[in-house]
Amino acid sequence: MGEVLRLDNVSKIYGSGDAEVRALDGVSLTVNEGDFVAVVGPSGSGKSTLMNILGCLDVPTSGRYLFAGEDVSRMDAYALARIRNRRIGFVFQQFQLLNDLSAWRNVELPLLYRSARDRKGTALTVLEQVGLANRVGHRPNQLSGGQQQRVAIARALVTDPDLVLADEPTGNLDSGSSRDILAILRQLNEAGRTVILITHDPNVAAVAKRVVHTSDGRIAEAVQ
Amino acid sequence: MNLRHTFLTGLRGLLGHRLRSILTTLGILFGVAAVICTVGIGQASSDQVNAQIAALGTNLLTITPGSTSAGGIFGGAGSASTLTMADANGLADKANAPDIQAVAPVVQARETMVSSATNWSTTVSGSTAAWLVANARTMLAGSFFTAQDVTDHAQKIVLGSTTATDLGVAVGDSVTVGKVPFTVAGILNTVGGQGFQNGDDLGVVPITTAQDLLTGGSPNSVQRILVSSTSSSTIGSAYQEADQLLMVTHGVTSAAGADFTIQAQSSFLSTAQSVTTTLTILLASVAAISLLVGGIGVMNIMLVSVTERTGEIGLRKALGATPGDLLRQFLIEAASLSIIGGLLGIGAALLAGRLIPHFTTIGVTITATPVLIAVGVAAATGLVFGVYPAARAARLAPIEALRSK
Repeated sequence: MGEVLRLDNVSKIYGSGDAEVRALDGVSLTVNEGDFVAVVGPSGSGKSTLMNILGCLDVPTSGRYLFAGEDVSRMDAYALARIRNRRIGFVFQQFQLLNDLSAWRNVELPLLYRSARDRKGTALTVLEQVGLANRVGHRPNQLSGGQQQRVAIARALVTDPDLVLADEPTGNLDSGSSRDILAILRQLNEAGRTVILITHDPNVAAVAKRVVHTSDGRIAEAVQ
Repeated sequence: MNLRHTFLTGLRGLLGHRLRSILTTLGILFGVAAVICTVGIGQASSDQVNAQIAALGTNLLTITPGSTSAGGIFGGAGSASTLTMADANGLADKANAPDIQAVAPVVQARETMVSSATNWSTTVSGSTAAWLVANARTMLAGSFFTAQDVTDHAQKIVLGSTTATDLGVAVGDSVTVGKVPFTVAGILNTVGGQGFQNGDDLGVVPITTAQDLLTGGSPNSVQRILVSSTSSSTIGSAYQEADQLLMVTHGVTSAAGADFTIQAQSSFLSTAQSVTTTLTILLASVAAISLLVGGIGVMNIMLVSVTERTGEIGLRKALGATPGDLLRQFLIEAASLSIIGGLLGIGAALLAGRLIPHFTTIGVTITATPVLIAVGVAAATGLVFGVYPAARAARLAPIEALRSK
């Protein structure tokens, strides 16, 4: 099993002097190919900061972060954008779909930033995988919350990423839709996709194979 | 992201906020239209001045006796009567002055003319048949008096069109000038105002007749000599030739001692032209400021757009948009606003260019140069004022941008 990412004693400090906040304090974590990791913790525990660093949206203050063997902790904005585009698929709590674009146009977006060919074909295939083949031309406001999140998952998958990073994917959904979304994530993982799920809800975390708890900027892994 | 998609994305951003985009475009539209129109109005009045110079004859030199310093004594131009018929004949000699086309000696008096219907006071000049050519005038009716008429001391008069209308006379009628009867030989074509004098309100009679009956004085002395060059490009050499010739015949050795003054008739009109140019620059500057205000409007709206769309910007970053992608997207939005505004501004200016002369006496001449400059400036304005908001969008931290939703 290949290693997808590794955090080595990573810290993230916001502010300085008296106002200094250690959002992450010496965190080490390894995620392997095919893992399904849930990061659980109350708000303020460093969970969001961990997600930002894992998702290459932010760089650590100290420590080393290796993604697919590359040290991303000192990369510039352009190199980070490339990693995010090629290797990571994001799913957000508020779906983050563009309302003036149809479902397949939303799914196509990451492909535009890499000038890929047959973008529409690829987008339609992925939408079919998440069960939205008959909704490809709908605008986000014509879809239910669960359907919107499925469009977002399709968008995360369209680049065939090394890692799917889902930040509270069920936070804005009713329980029925939540079950659907979690089932899709589990199916993805069973098909070999590496998934990291960030949540405050232990019930949601239960679908994962590994559960990591965050508290005061540190992490602890519960053995299942 | 390739340019086509960046462009489409930018355009979609504008269409998403139609009213706002239209209002921003208006700022640029009026700026561009104002610049084009004011420059057009300036161009029209400048053309008018040029037409006046042409009507007056850019080829015309006026020689008057006296000089500002003659023999060390300070006197005004025309303070001495030193020009003679011999001077005029000398200047007319093609061998000595090849660049001089026509020479017309002139004596002048203010006279009251009486026709059968009414009377009218105006300037009457006595001159030779060359007067018509020297002044670049043409006849509306009848004919100018001839060299024979000058020799014969004929009592013939040629009138300006205004004078003829006001006196109510036609060719062949009789008018009395200073109690002397004259026959109207011809009427001159209209030329409009010529600087200080009205070129259409005058009378011209043979110089011999004028000296006999109107102005008096020695038949040999003249008040001024009008000289026209063969073309507007030879006016300089015509000036030199006239100057040299008169210096020699008057026995003057230095320019300071000259007892005559040669003046190019167009010189005071070039002053009028520079006034027009200054006014045009002034008006165009005001218009340019309105274009600048339009540009600031673009920046303002782009900043609002960036602030409002931090969520979208964050998402695009998460999906792999580089700072360069976002910079281009927002720059294209800003530049599109300006360019669309600029193109509509040209349309508005062309429309105004037709309407203004239709409803007012102001002429508008729209030429390609100010149009191109205005649109170029509008596009540049969009880019310059779009840079700051676009750079802000590009610099936004993706996490902060995503959380804002």
